[in-house]
Amino acid sequence: MPERVAIVGIGQTEHQYMRPDVNHEEMIHEAVERALQDAEMNIHEIDTVLMTNMDLFEGHYLADAMSVDGAGMYGRPGFKLNTGGTSGGTAVAAAWHHIASGVFETVLVIGWQKQDATPSIAALATAREPFYDRGLAAGAVGIFASMALQYMQEAGCGEEPAALARVIMADHARRNPYSHLKLDLTVEDVLASRVLVWPVRLLHMSPTSCGACALVLSNEGRARRSPKPPVWIVDTETAHREQSVWRGGCVEPAPGPTAIEVAASRLYNRNGIGHPSREIDVWELYTPSSWALLPWMELFSICEKGRAWRLVEKELIRLDGPIPIEPSGGVVSTNPIGASGVIRVAEAALQIRGEGGERQVHKEVRTALASAWGACHWIVIFLLSKDRP
Amino acid sequence: MPRGVAVVAVAQTRYESSKPSQHLQDLALEPVQEVLSVSGLQFREDGKGIDATISCSQDHWDGWTISSKNIIDGAGGHLRPEEKVAVDGAYALYYATLCIMGGHYDCVLVVAHTKESQVDGRLVENMGMEPLFSRPLGMDFTSCAALQARIYMRRYGILPEQCARVVVKSRRCSCLNPKALAQGSVSVEEVLASPYLADPIHEMETKPVADGACAVILAEEGKARRWTDKPVMIEGLGSSYDRHYPGYRDLADPSALREAARRAYAMAGIDDPPRDLHVVELSEYFAYQELLWTEGLGLCGPGEGGQLLDSGASSLGGEIPVNPSGGLLSGVPVNVAGLNRAVEATLQLRGEAGARQVEGAERALVHGTGGACGQMHCVLVLRRGW
Repeated sequence: MPERVAIVGIGQTEHQYMRPDVNHEEMIHEAVERALQDAEMNIHEIDTVLMTNMDLFEGHYLADAMSVDGAGMYGRPGFKLNTGGTSGGTAVAAAWHHIASGVFETVLVIGWQKQDATPSIAALATAREPFYDRGLAAGAVGIFASMALQYMQEAGCGEEPAALARVIMADHARRNPYSHLKLDLTVEDVLASRVLVWPVRLLHMSPTSCGACALVLSNEGRARRSPKPPVWIVDTETAHREQSVWRGGCVEPAPGPTAIEVAASRLYNRNGIGHPSREIDVWELYTPSSWALLPWMELFSICEKGRAWRLVEKELIRLDGPIPIEPSGGVVSTNPIGASGVIRVAEAALQIRGEGGERQVHKEVRTALASAWGACHWIVIFLLSKDRP
Repeated sequence: MPRGVAVVAVAQTRYESSKPSQHLQDLALEPVQEVLSVSGLQFREDGKGIDATISCSQDHWDGWTISSKNIIDGAGGHLRPEEKVAVDGAYALYYATLCIMGGHYDCVLVVAHTKESQVDGRLVENMGMEPLFSRPLGMDFTSCAALQARIYMRRYGILPEQCARVVVKSRRCSCLNPKALAQGSVSVEEVLASPYLADPIHEMETKPVADGACAVILAEEGKARRWTDKPVMIEGLGSSYDRHYPGYRDLADPSALREAARRAYAMAGIDDPPRDLHVVELSEYFAYQELLWTEGLGLCGPGEGGQLLDSGASSLGGEIPVNPSGGLLSGVPVNVAGLNRAVEATLQLRGEAGARQVEGAERALVHGTGGACGQMHCVLVLRRGW
C-alpha cells in the first residue's frame, strides 16, 4: 500500500522582475527557510531534496549542484528534474513518488528561476527541433497566437474575453503579496497594449520573473505531527504531446485529443470526478497567456466546448464566483519559470488551508486542482484535498 | 517494506567518437527499440505494458532546451507520462525505481542519450562553475579534477604509475567489449607519455569524447518475473550531494560517495562491501577517480585504492572486479554513463557479458556521479533475482 502524501510546509519569495540584492542560492534559501518555518521543521528533518530549474535558461550547467548550500542539499540525497515550464509540476510529482515509495518520510521540493541574470527567451528559442522547426517558431508567443486564433474561430468570440480574463487575474494578483505584477487594468488597457503576434498582446503574456517556491511533503505519520492541517495530494497525472510544429503538434488539436484532455480525463476517471466544475472548488491552471485560459477551461472539462469565453464574460472565475480560477493572479502575473509549477501547487494548498488572505476564494475550499504546463503541450495535474484520501 | 523492483531488459548503442548519421531522436530510439523488441513489451495504458518513461539528458549537451522533448516520440511520451532527470543516468534509474516502489507505475522505461561530439564539453563544464568568481577563470571539470588528483596523490602517496595502470586495466577490458569505443591495449609508459591535460592528468587518463545511448525497462517484481526468466532485482539505492566550490571540500575524501553508498548498502543489507559485492561498475571520468571511488565505496580503506588495484583484486578475474566493461575510460558519454553502468551490471548478473564476464557474479554495484570532482553521487545495488 503506497504511503499517503501530504503538503506540510509552504514557502515562497516575493517574486520580482530583478533580484540584484541576492544571488541564486540566497534567493532559494528565502523560500526554503519559509517552507521549513511553516512546517516547524529544521533542515535535519528533511530526508531528501528535489530541485527544478531550467538550467539553459539560467545559464548554469547542473544548477542543482551550484545551489547546494542555499537549498540544504549538503550530505542529502536528491537530484534535479527539468521538463520546461512543466518542471515545477514534475518535481512535485517526483516528491510524491518519493514519499509514496516508503523510502523517504519527508521531501523538500524547490523550484526557482533567476531571470535577471540571463536572457531566457534566447534559450527558449532552442526549444525547437533544429532542422525544420527552429526557423519557424521561437519563444512562447507564437504558440499562444495560433491557439488564440483557433479558439476565436471555433468559439466565435472576439478579443474581449481574453482581455477580461487578464483583468480578473490582475485583480487577484493585487491581493497576493508574493505576486510579481500587481497591475490595475481595464479591458481597454489590455486591448491597447502592443500586439506581439496577433491576437496576443503584451499584457496577455506572462512576465519575466525572479523567484523561488519550496514545499515540504511528508507521509501520513509525519503529517500527523504537523502544526498545520495537512493538504493531501490525492493523485497526479502527467501527459506529454509530440512536439514538432510542422507535424501539427503545436497547433492543437490537429488532430486531437490534447495532452490536457487526456491527462485530465485519466485523473477524473481514477478519482470518480464526474462534474469537475462542481466537484473541484478552486483551480490553479498555469496559464502563461490569458488567451490559453479559454481553450484550457474547456479541455479541463470546466465547461462545454465553445462556452469558456461566456463564463469569463459573466466573471464567474473571480474569487467570489462559482468557478474561481488563478486566485493567485496566475502565471500571467508571476513567472519564475522553474518555480511556477511549484507555485501552482503551493497556492492551491494555501486555498485549502484557508490561508489565502485577501486572495482567499469566498466559498469553502475542500478540493483544488493545480497544473503545470510547459514546452509545447505537456501537462502535470494534481488533485489536492482537505480530506484524507 | 517497499515492493520489489527488477530490471526486465537492457540495451545500449555502440559507443563512437561521433555519430553524424544519427539525429538525437534516432540515437535514443535505437536502444529503445531493442528493449521493446527483446522484452516484447509495448507502451500501453491497460497495465499490460510500459506505463511511463523517465529520460536522462542535458539541455547544454543537446544544445536544445527541455532536451527530453526531442525524444518523446520515440520514447513513448506522446500523450503519456514522461519525466526528465537532468543529472546522471544512474539517477534516472534511481528515480524510476522509487516510482515503481510508490505504486503509481508498474513498468517504466528509462532512456539516456548524449552526443558529446556536437558540443565543446569544456565550455559546458565551465557553465557548471560558480558564475562570478570561478567561471571567468575558465575553470572546467578537468582543471578541477587536476586539483583533486594532486591532493589525493600527495596525501596517500598514490603514484602516477598507479593511475596509469587504471587506464591499462580499462583498455584491456574494453578490448573484450564489442560496444566500447576505445579499442587497443596500451602500456603504462604510453599513458604517461601522453600529453598533460592538466598536471597530473594525462590525456589518456580521461575518457574520450563519445556518442551513445542506453535504455532499461524496470518493472514491479511480479510482472518482471512473468516477463523475463532473468529478473535483476534493485536491492538498494542511495544518493548524496557534496558542496559546490571545490575549495570548501576535502577533495581527497569522497564523503558524498560514502554517504550514498551507506544508504544503498543499508537498504540492501550489505555490511562488508568487498565480500558482498561481486562486480562493480563505477563512473571514473579520470583514471585516479577509479582509485578514489573504490575507497568511497568501502571496497578498501582511505588511501588504499592504489594497493587494491596493484593487488589485482579489481581486475577481471580478481576478487572484486571493477569496471570489467572498460568503464568510462573506454568511452561512454556523460549522462549516459550511470545508466550504462546499470546495463553492464545487468549483463554481468545475467551471465551475458561475453568475454568480459565475471564468473558467478550474483550481486553488482552501479555508480553514477555528476559535477566537478564528483560533487554528487548515486549508488544502486543490483542482485540476480532467480
